[in-house]
Amino acid sequence: MTEGPAGAAVEVLNEDEISRALARIAHQILEDNRGADRLIVLGIRTRGVPLARRIVGLLNEIEGADVPVGELDITMYRDDLRAHPTREVRQTRVPVSIDDAVVVLVDDVLYSGRTVVAAIDALRDLGRPRVVQLAVLVDRGHREVPIQADHVGKTVPTSRDERVHVHLEESDGYDRVTIERRATA
Amino acid sequence: MKHLLAAADLSPAEIASILDLAEEMHAVQSRQVKKLPTLRGRTVVNLFFEDSTRTRGSFELAEKWMSADAVNMSGKGSSVSKGESLRDTVLTLDAMGVDAFVIRHSGSGAVHQAAGWVRPNVSVVNAGDGAHEHPTQALLDAFAMRRHFRRHSTESWEDKTIAIVGDLTHSRVVRSNVSLLQTLGAQVILVAPPTLMPAGVSTWGVEIAPDFDAVLPRADVVMMLRVQRERMAGGFFPSAREYTVGYGLTRDRLERLKPGAAICHPGPMNRGVEISSDAADSVNSLVLDQVSAGVAVRMSVLYHLLGGEGQA
Repeated sequence: MTEGPAGAAVEVLNEDEISRALARIAHQILEDNRGADRLIVLGIRTRGVPLARRIVGLLNEIEGADVPVGELDITMYRDDLRAHPTREVRQTRVPVSIDDAVVVLVDDVLYSGRTVVAAIDALRDLGRPRVVQLAVLVDRGHREVPIQADHVGKTVPTSRDERVHVHLEESDGYDRVTIERRATA
Repeated sequence: MKHLLAAADLSPAEIASILDLAEEMHAVQSRQVKKLPTLRGRTVVNLFFEDSTRTRGSFELAEKWMSADAVNMSGKGSSVSKGESLRDTVLTLDAMGVDAFVIRHSGSGAVHQAAGWVRPNVSVVNAGDGAHEHPTQALLDAFAMRRHFRRHSTESWEDKTIAIVGDLTHSRVVRSNVSLLQTLGAQVILVAPPTLMPAGVSTWGVEIAPDFDAVLPRADVVMMLRVQRERMAGGFFPSAREYTVGYGLTRDRLERLKPGAAICHPGPMNRGVEISSDAADSVNSLVLDQVSAGVAVRMSVLYHLLGGEGQA
């Protein structure tokens, strides 16, 4: 289904599908945790942040709650810092203590799982949550560490030479997830 | 960035990047677990040939909070006291496989020389060389000032005037501060008795004012530099009392500052000489903000030097 010609982007999720996936994730989070009590949603920079905000918007709408939402920059916890030029580090904002809380990490794409490992390491330095869960919009497989998501918008089988692009209203002006074969030279 | 040797080497973008990351590091400082794994496995040697409390302490904290291994060496108690040269000391430690040097030395230019001796992948940070440069101090001063500006007005540097007052000849921070503030776009006024103006200051492109009182209503920040008591024997000024009358930030002068003007002092302070206790403890005093900025700014600098590829 994703076998397009090299360079051509194939749509995996459109605007409505993204909305429905996020709504389902929000309902699942509430179901799994029996409500919004002690819930904190943290978006992993960069595209996890707007997704986390949307999920919290939905949680609050469904439950009439006021769930705290924050932002996590995991650059300083990456295991590949030395393999790249110095990366820019952005803000980390965690509005309330995560001790004994149910932390839901949110990212756009789950791939190797290394970003999530770095995020869990970052959480360890911020406190000791009771539970940490992971919600992603797209799970594209190819894990390199034993990590799996609790809430998945869509599982998309991919090959390693494909790229998944997540476009979001907040940063790109429209909602769309596409998959593209990397052009081979 | 490979080395940090002089404030003049920094571009506006690099300064902004260092200060912005320092804001994040400042937040780490107030956490219970003050530790980031970022520089795990990196070794930094703090080579201090001159005494220092703030600079050395904050570099060591910065290294440890970034998970680097910190090794402290001083002139005393090392082979330097047996007559080993700076070059041999640096080459010896370099051969042990360290990743970075933080060096303070009494000779102006000594740290630049050291940067030429180390292996290609090793970074060198100038922690003060003679009366030449002390770039991390200038960065933390700018960090504390920027925070003050953000609280009180606007962040823009272009409409800000910073007066640097005191013993400018023997100060290692003045040169770094002037070039950093100029890069940021601020106006700098140097205030000192003629005997304490550095040679060649007319080429720095700053305003020079012998009369502190005339500057008071114009300054958004007054940075008071320490008058080293040992200088008095050198005849640079007649007496401490006379210095205070002409150039001290007394209670009377404090009242004539612009409302909301900030007061900086890199420390250690001689209360009652260049700065009165009223000024040092005023609500607009940034003295302690400067100290707490020191660790955050140095963490940011270490990240910019050692946080990416190309390092051993």
